[in-house]
Amino acid sequence: MASYDCDVLIIGAGIVGAACARALHQAGLRVIVLDAAQPGTGTTAACMGHIVTMDDSKSQMQLTAYSRAAWERLAAELSPDCEDLAAGTLWVAEDDEEMDAVEKKFRYYSEWNVPCEILDGEGLRRFEPNLRAGLRGALRVPGDRVVYATNCTRWMLQGIDVRPVTPVAALDEHGARDISGNVYRAKSVVLACGSDSAKLIPELPIEPRKGHLCITDRYPGFCHHQIVELGYLKSAHQFTSESVAFNIQPRPNGQLLLGSSREFTGWDAGINNDLLQKMIARAHMYMPALANLLLLRVWTGFRPATRDKLPLIGAWPGRQGLYIAAGHEGLGITTSLGTADLLAAEILGTTPPFSPTPFRASRILDPDYGHHE
Amino acid sequence: MRIAVIGAGPGGLAAAATAAENGADVLLVDENPRAGGQIWRHGPMAPPPKLAMEWIRRIQAQRIETHFGVTVLGRDSNGLVAYSEQEGHVCLQCDKIILATGARELFLPFPGWTLPNVFGAGGAQALLKAGMPVEGKRIVVAGSGPLLLAVAATFAKKGAHVVGILEQAGIHSLLQFAPELIRHPAKLIQGVGFGTRLFPTRPRFGTWVCRAMGNDIVREVIATDGKREWPLPCDILACGFGLVPNVELAQALGCDVEKGKVSVDEHQATSQSGVYCVGESTGIGGEDVALLEGEIAALAALDIPNVTSKIHERWRWESFVSNLGRAFALRKEVLQLAEDTTTVCRCEDVSFGVLKNQPDQRSAKLYTRCGMGPCQGRVCGPACHELFGWELNKPRWPLSPVTLDALLDSQ
Repeated sequence: MASYDCDVLIIGAGIVGAACARALHQAGLRVIVLDAAQPGTGTTAACMGHIVTMDDSKSQMQLTAYSRAAWERLAAELSPDCEDLAAGTLWVAEDDEEMDAVEKKFRYYSEWNVPCEILDGEGLRRFEPNLRAGLRGALRVPGDRVVYATNCTRWMLQGIDVRPVTPVAALDEHGARDISGNVYRAKSVVLACGSDSAKLIPELPIEPRKGHLCITDRYPGFCHHQIVELGYLKSAHQFTSESVAFNIQPRPNGQLLLGSSREFTGWDAGINNDLLQKMIARAHMYMPALANLLLLRVWTGFRPATRDKLPLIGAWPGRQGLYIAAGHEGLGITTSLGTADLLAAEILGTTPPFSPTPFRASRILDPDYGHHE
Repeated sequence: MRIAVIGAGPGGLAAAATAAENGADVLLVDENPRAGGQIWRHGPMAPPPKLAMEWIRRIQAQRIETHFGVTVLGRDSNGLVAYSEQEGHVCLQCDKIILATGARELFLPFPGWTLPNVFGAGGAQALLKAGMPVEGKRIVVAGSGPLLLAVAATFAKKGAHVVGILEQAGIHSLLQFAPELIRHPAKLIQGVGFGTRLFPTRPRFGTWVCRAMGNDIVREVIATDGKREWPLPCDILACGFGLVPNVELAQALGCDVEKGKVSVDEHQATSQSGVYCVGESTGIGGEDVALLEGEIAALAALDIPNVTSKIHERWRWESFVSNLGRAFALRKEVLQLAEDTTTVCRCEDVSFGVLKNQPDQRSAKLYTRCGMGPCQGRVCGPACHELFGWELNKPRWPLSPVTLDALLDSQ
């Protein structure tokens, strides 16, 4: 049994923990990262890796727009195996009602200085000929991107003291203890274990929200953007019911990732065939040519979901020096960078890049948490 | 009683025929277009062996629902899900399942193993039976296991010039196996039969290929016995290192798998109630063992008491099976042939040098894409298991690649 000292102990080597570790390490702090598995092999590995600006709420827009810009700046530095691709996002409108929503979205994104353009049905087909005819149009957000999150996580952790396969047994007032009895003493402890965070702090209201993803064989040029149906936001916004939404992503090697589904089933990672079929049928409705493509593999992953759809970032009340960076639902890859900058500012006592208030972890103790939408 | 038999090689044919002859309602499914599996593979150009014909006739004499060219994708809440392009979704609802999913070849990476005209031993056998012309071609057969002789004999029969048969197992470990051949004379006669056809090419034991060379296709291999190396010019190299049980479907059904083999009791019952497993998936033992196990599983599934005599007959093969594995055990030198630039995962082009520092299978997969391609680690998984001791890829839904429309209308 050994004892280790550091400035910041980060529990969780997923992309959120890695981004926080990188920010604090760059600020000159001594950082140790612990994880029960290898870096980036949990929920991070189950993700699509879509770097996306989303406007479910003003706070979400703030966090995603800031993070998206940060990814853009990082792009040139990332190693090739991070597979960064400036694919852009297409938000596809099926009918006039959704087209109205596209126009509203265009105005809102423009207010936030996120470059975007409206495409009509024909313009959309010119970009993506494999979409079915008759779609009304789309909002094109060219600055959104696609990355391979697992290798981004490893890239962020370069030069940092990472101890994989070191499950933490318990937190204590000085730091944490791993299951072998080793003690880690730190001024600050950051809990960044996604849905697993509740295993160390049971009061944390983070629930695993299961999703399915499919990957196909290689079809270079089948689609060029990450294409998402406008109804995706609604699917993501609901908290209780099962839902699916069309979401397809081209990988740089020509493979296609196909999503998405959302359901609450605890930690059961099994394939829900009914939901999987609904998900594929939904995608097929938008892209009929998908029917002939070869499907290689299906898997599930757990999004760490919170009631108000915003992550928990910052000090945890009741224990000096304990911080939370978890609950990023389906946006953890995108918002890892914004999360890291907010958290680093709080730990270092510097000015945050934008207001941390909507994300503060202590909000879950408010009596009306999760009730106002 | 409705019984689904998955796989129509020797084990599956014996199970299906026995079950049907004893009154069961039988469904027989195989992803190949014909019965016979890998070992009894046949086609218009290659008639099945006599023993295979006997069992195929027994199947044909019964009213058995057969589905060939059908792939089992896995299991959902409704049971097994299977699909074929011709038939669409195939309903496999049944009371009991007998798995006879056979085995595949073990490939081990060595410099040049990905050159054109380097085949697996079994793969070469299949190509020969499909009519690949080899007359006058120079052939080296290498690797390990009883299959090598059979493959070399087929090449010779088709007019090829077998310039070398290299068995990595040493003569000493093979001689320990000799008493088994005396106990099972049919095997000895089979071996002698191959031998006469191959004359004058004799197998060299304790010898293996350490490198295949050629710019565009294989032109020459370097053979070695660990002490010296010598070149063997050739046009085709057929190289397989034995067999790996196919356990993916059993795993998907929740059956216990230990040391790469499906665990079964004396009745061939797996850890899942109502699921039996026979033949190579439970351990490499050859066609005679697979046939017996198929009969046992069918009788046991139907609760027929005279299964006991078959079980005793199966026991007589026990030492044959375990000694077979021991005799052809891989020597450490054949696990050390890959160089840093040697490809290990062909689907995703991942080399030995990239893999050797990975801590485990999951990291290798996620960090380097090893095993993520169309074969889903069926080829590189067992190789990495041998080279690095990593566990095999866990099977994912669907067990074999299918077109997306296969999943659109399964209800």
